[in-house]
Amino acid sequence: MKKIIALALALVVCLAIAATACADASVYYLNFKPEQDAQWQALAKVYTEKTGVPVTVVTAASGQYETTLMAEMEKSECPTLFQVNGPVGLANWTDYCYDLAGTALPGYLTNEAFALKEGDAVKGIAYVIETYGIIANTKLLAKAGYTPADIKDFESLKAVAEDIQARKAELGVDGAFSSAGMDGSSDWRFKTHLANMPIYYEYKADGIGTTGAIKGTYLDNYKKIWDLYINNSTCEPALLASKTGDDSRNEFLAEKAVFFQNGTWEYGSVSALGDENITMLPIYIDAEGEEAQGLCTGTENYWCVNAIADQEDIDATVAFLEWVITSDEGRASMAKEMNFVTPFSTFTGEYAPTNPFVLLDAQMTAEGKNPVSWNFPTMPSEEWKNGVGSALTAYAAGTGEWDAVVSAFVDGWKTEYDLTH
Amino acid sequence: MENAIKKYWPVFLLPTLAAFIIGFIWPFIWGIYLSFHKFITVSKTTFVGIDNYIKVFQDATFVDAFWFTARFTLVSTILINVIAFMLALALTRGLKGTNAFRTVFFLPNLIGGIVLGYIWQILLNGILTNLGLPLLALDAKYGFWGLIILMCWQQIGYMMIIYIAGLQNVPGDLLEAASIDGATSFQTLIKVKLPMVMPSITICSFLTLTNSFKLFDQNLALTSGEPAKQSQMLALNIYDTFYARSGAQWKGIGQAKAVVFFLLVIGIALIQLYFTRRKEVQQ
Repeated sequence: MKKIIALALALVVCLAIAATACADASVYYLNFKPEQDAQWQALAKVYTEKTGVPVTVVTAASGQYETTLMAEMEKSECPTLFQVNGPVGLANWTDYCYDLAGTALPGYLTNEAFALKEGDAVKGIAYVIETYGIIANTKLLAKAGYTPADIKDFESLKAVAEDIQARKAELGVDGAFSSAGMDGSSDWRFKTHLANMPIYYEYKADGIGTTGAIKGTYLDNYKKIWDLYINNSTCEPALLASKTGDDSRNEFLAEKAVFFQNGTWEYGSVSALGDENITMLPIYIDAEGEEAQGLCTGTENYWCVNAIADQEDIDATVAFLEWVITSDEGRASMAKEMNFVTPFSTFTGEYAPTNPFVLLDAQMTAEGKNPVSWNFPTMPSEEWKNGVGSALTAYAAGTGEWDAVVSAFVDGWKTEYDLTH
Repeated sequence: MENAIKKYWPVFLLPTLAAFIIGFIWPFIWGIYLSFHKFITVSKTTFVGIDNYIKVFQDATFVDAFWFTARFTLVSTILINVIAFMLALALTRGLKGTNAFRTVFFLPNLIGGIVLGYIWQILLNGILTNLGLPLLALDAKYGFWGLIILMCWQQIGYMMIIYIAGLQNVPGDLLEAASIDGATSFQTLIKVKLPMVMPSITICSFLTLTNSFKLFDQNLALTSGEPAKQSQMLALNIYDTFYARSGAQWKGIGQAKAVVFFLLVIGIALIQLYFTRRKEVQQ
């Protein structure tokens, strides 16, 4: 008996030693985007073959990133590379973010704004830029007698949408807008992405980039666009509470709706309608000067290098990232396989983006339109978003008043901001 | 045999004990430790004293969630036990097809809470839509009754099985004596069967009470606390505190809530056990 126990103990000790005595420098990337897991795994393998530095890529399940990150950080082999979503996410992890200012990485950014800074310290580097707006089916628009060029501001968007809604039987659609579902799989499009519009205009008017107390100057405009969405939809406003992201996408794909608020990441599915039949329009909310407004472009994905990792692991991680954004293999993988639009100056020529929505955004910017920045990373918390979402849902269903949205937006912002500062 | 047990007890006991300590006792102690700290990862913590506990009781959503949970627990415990007991009575009478019915009633218990939650969400929303009423996520009243229906549907079968076992163990001579003494079937039920199945009632009410109080999956899937947290139960409230907030202090507050929650569950369960145990009789 004793012998067996002694043997078992010895075995455990051996395993423990084996586990700690691994290679000198290694990279461990905790990846956020499940849809790109396979590409990262392949890229990691190529890098290891080339340099001998082991690269582990682990992908967190959708919606479980923070949880996974918290758990992984406890381990002795913790992630050397992880990501935060912007200033609010950084607040949680700032102690774990290595200052990248001394490395070569910030130098590759096309714009300094893509570095996530805290004072002079560069805590994160954006690695993908995304764009959203109102995806429109141009074939159906043409059938109704319009072209995308007819939609220049909120007034014209409203006129077109209401006309389509009124003639929906004749046009064979269920509504102008695909359902603005408030199920958890879809509500972020409105409590986060659409809510960015009034925040953007308020920040712009006040000349600020973040605030502890939002005034809600443009909430009437938020109401206008929300009213337009819910009253010209494929279903009754009261049913939106249970509509999912899939519902909304399927309505658009089945050509039962002309407009669908979403972003570049949806290109993979909406391209089924044919590139020539889809376009993306800015989200107009009847704000002054919106004729010059472009699409909403920004990022909420920042790479951070773990400051508590061993220095050699940190160096290995920085070297890996540099390789990813400068080597042919890395650039090909990011640009062509992951379909990322990156903020790096190295992605030119054959590595330039091909996603039509992205090209459209670039074209609009070139024509002098102002891209709308992503301000939702400055939203005080998930709690705030949920509060706004609940109020929007109740308002749509008629069980709540618009005042509740205003209160969740303005008072909720202050409460949540004060709680975290 | 006796000797063998004396000699080898560690072989049988230690694996379970080790699992229990690793999986339960140790995390529990850590949980209490963390509830006095501010932290993001548990290896870097800052001591904050009882701050977290003070904030727990200042948080109106926690108190609201407590009352919602309490109401839910009361209604579901009574409904589940009464209906399960009646079904058990009906299915111990030797009716034709008893086994088929028992199986059918037990089946819902085999499906996971999250799945059930989503299925019932679709079903109930369908009904509410047809009746022209607000959906589950829009009115806490429907959310509440939706949860009750879901829990009844899921739990009744399981409790029924326990009651059936209890009823089948009521000694035949007692029932015979009662009938010879001229007791009506209602009197037999109240004076003989009920006292004899009291142990089953203890265990069933304990299970339904704690299950309802700790309910999480079904709450998350069916209403997710909507509208505006009005249908949020304690476990979901704790989860939200821990994960839906940014900033280090929230983890500690969530942890403190969990400790308070633990004490509540223990307290309520002990009170319930005390009262139902008292009614148990020796055979």
